[in-house]
Amino acid sequence: MATSLEINGRTVQVEAAPDTPLLWVLREEVGLTGAKFGCGIGQCGACTVLANGAPVRSCSLPVSALSGMKITTIEGLGGTQPLQAAWVKLDVPQCGYCQTGQIMSAAALLASNPRPSDAEIDAAMEGNICRCGAYQRIHAAIQEAAQATGQATGQATAKSRA
Amino acid sequence: MNSRFDQAAARNGTTRRDLVVGTALISGALLVGCSPADLMSAGAKTEVGAFGPFIRIAADGAVTVVSKHIEFGQGSHASLAAIVAEELDADWSRVSVEQSPANSKLYANTLMGVQGTGGSTAIANSWMQLRKAGAAARAMFTGAAAAAWKVPEAEITVKDGVVSHVASGKSAGFGALIQGAAAITPPAEPRLKSPEAFTLIGTDRVRRKDSLAKSTGQARYTQDVNLEGMLTAVVAHAPRFGAKVSGFDAAEARKVAGVVDVIQIPTGVAVVAKSTWAAIQGRNALKVTWDESKAEGRGSAELEAQYTDWAAGKGALPDKLKWESFESRGDAAAAGEGEVFEATFDFPFLAHASMEPMNCVAQVGGKGGTKLTFASQSQTIDQINTARIVGALPGSIQIETLFAGGSFGRRANFQSDFVTECVQIAKKVGKGTPVKLVWTREDDMAAGYFRPLTHHRVRVRLDKDGFPAAWTHRVVTQSLMKGSPLAPSGFDATTVEGAMGSPYLKATPAVDGQVLMPENGVPVLWWRSVGATHTAYVMEHTLDHLAKKAGRDPVAYRLALFEKAGAARHIAVLKLAAEKAGWGKPAPAGVTRGVAVHECFGSVVAQIAEVRLVDGNPKVGRVVTAIDCGTAISPDQIAAQMEGGTCFGLSAALHDEMIIKAGAVDRKNFDAYPVLRHSEAPKVETYILPSTNPPSGAGEPGVPVIAPAVANAVLAATGTGAFRLPMIRA
Repeated sequence: MATSLEINGRTVQVEAAPDTPLLWVLREEVGLTGAKFGCGIGQCGACTVLANGAPVRSCSLPVSALSGMKITTIEGLGGTQPLQAAWVKLDVPQCGYCQTGQIMSAAALLASNPRPSDAEIDAAMEGNICRCGAYQRIHAAIQEAAQATGQATGQATAKSRA
Repeated sequence: MNSRFDQAAARNGTTRRDLVVGTALISGALLVGCSPADLMSAGAKTEVGAFGPFIRIAADGAVTVVSKHIEFGQGSHASLAAIVAEELDADWSRVSVEQSPANSKLYANTLMGVQGTGGSTAIANSWMQLRKAGAAARAMFTGAAAAAWKVPEAEITVKDGVVSHVASGKSAGFGALIQGAAAITPPAEPRLKSPEAFTLIGTDRVRRKDSLAKSTGQARYTQDVNLEGMLTAVVAHAPRFGAKVSGFDAAEARKVAGVVDVIQIPTGVAVVAKSTWAAIQGRNALKVTWDESKAEGRGSAELEAQYTDWAAGKGALPDKLKWESFESRGDAAAAGEGEVFEATFDFPFLAHASMEPMNCVAQVGGKGGTKLTFASQSQTIDQINTARIVGALPGSIQIETLFAGGSFGRRANFQSDFVTECVQIAKKVGKGTPVKLVWTREDDMAAGYFRPLTHHRVRVRLDKDGFPAAWTHRVVTQSLMKGSPLAPSGFDATTVEGAMGSPYLKATPAVDGQVLMPENGVPVLWWRSVGATHTAYVMEHTLDHLAKKAGRDPVAYRLALFEKAGAARHIAVLKLAAEKAGWGKPAPAGVTRGVAVHECFGSVVAQIAEVRLVDGNPKVGRVVTAIDCGTAISPDQIAAQMEGGTCFGLSAALHDEMIIKAGAVDRKNFDAYPVLRHSEAPKVETYILPSTNPPSGAGEPGVPVIAPAVANAVLAATGTGAFRLPMIRA
């Protein structure tokens, strides 16, 4: 039974069984391996993608639940998105395995809240574990991207960390 | 055995000498006149170009540095490349990094004798090797230019990949001179730069080369490997350590769409399928019965109680188990008039819990021989263990080493546990079919290879001036090296490193330090910073208790002891951290500062942590870090390692605790095994002590200092110490 998804702006028919988690469909059927397998129970955030703009843990969402939704993966950000530019500028990644999920959570945050406070960043990123402990740079890169976007659109700069 | 090797040799086209060498190696014999690297590279076929095994230069002048070390976050790929680029005077923007193949002769870690990454040695062992490689290649270009331009070689300069002769106005890039350069014999002892002449090393220009790939999903990890015709395997593992399969019923598993085969292997029952999800579903449907007659039956609580008794001198020791002295002088039991501090410390088993669970891709039985595609941390050991299973020469086992989604020590073990599991499955599947072994998080957590559960018992008597006069120290912990080829004849130093050789013990007239290394069925392993994960805590938290009894400031007290011990590097980093942190000046309201200093992997780190108590639990804010790691190649990546290492250590200080119950792992995923999250991350400031000494480690030394620094801040705030980690128990 095919499920129809819109992935990174492209309509895709996937053949996987309806109970297959979106993560495995993306990785093994669609060939998008940017979202990672970390825990399988939505606890670590390495598999984070956007569904209609909201961050979801693709490892524990059956593909059937996403029928007709707009899915955005790290591959859909384009590589020069302000968050990705900030990630590169600050050399955020260490092992890098969790970073695509981190960026997707951050992208959802900035889309709904372009000037997040420190506490808002903490809250939005709490579901994404980084065992290398790159949290400090992740936090700084989100502020950097918010600032760059704010400057580009004439908004005030992000509130800095107290 | 010989016929098996003859067949292997026929397949691999190896020589008779290789065969003898390989046979000797696998049977454990030693051949006189052969280095371990010679032995273990037998059967290897690696092409080496004109500029040696570490450097390739393209016709357009682009430089590729070949890294013998895995990149698993520590940032050594970029720093290794920078060492070459510095001596070669290459254009850093046109230098890229490529992972070497497995070859223990060409790519041995010079401090280990085999190819592998660990002990924070990647930069330290490569330092002179890569400087010489870069300088030799540079000399080949200057020689080629001198010959082509008919000018004295001494007048030629190189900058950013451009070779110039100022007087004649001639200049050319590496690409234009490459044919002439390649024809020149590289000098065996090329002239190296003096550190003052460095233009790249030690600057903020040395940045990671992989950030873009890792921020766009393009970086390739084992989990991402997708080879033509590849199958995926998921294994049902024994619930208790030491249990074996006694039987299984695969009927329901085979009915799952996509399941190809169900195979018994030494470590369990593998479900092989066309997709990961099908393999997981197949395993869920599999019924396995286990023979638990030889399984471990104890748990964390029983082991801790037993260790505590033994350290207190209660209860008889089992046969062959005895205390071993690691540091001893004077009569530590003698009575004296000074105050006495006495405490026990308990540390749990810890999982490495890297973000990418263990995995591997293997191809066995095809025309190309055996090939592994995965994040290998110890290529030579993985080759040897694979060779034993497939009956081939170790060097003939090809390994394509990929990025690892973390390791923290987990991927390097003497058994190559997850690697051999994959090879066993791939061997049964055969025909060179690629088989990807996927461990779920639960598999990864339940497999063991933990930082061992550890108990310390400390008794320190102070002299009339408040300094330690007698120090009695007992450590009970499993040996990490037992049963390995590197097992020492006496005690295993990894169990006590950090206590043994501590400047505080050096400054103490009477010392009685002993370690007991009992065995149990839980596999244990080095965990980022190894012995220091517990010894640094015990030494540094004890120090603040002693300073308190002596009525002295913790920084001044340490400086006095370091002075007595002649620990100049400790003094320097502690003074730097104290100055930058404003030690002695009032802390912000509600904040208490705690200090700790520790040396490991050749580097010394001092940290001062600012801690607030929130609902009685420590919340860490600013952490001032000073490190002496010799010559700093990449200050930015050293800072990244201090930031990350601090988080890793703080996670263990606050949360990490693996619990074993009746021989089985009780916490198998992040819901039950909490780790440090974003809101708890401290703000780490890093200050690097200027040095021209050879570089030492950075990946591990940032880990062990934060826990005692936090405990010392809590002690200062509340008067109560913390004698058990983690401080917040789930």
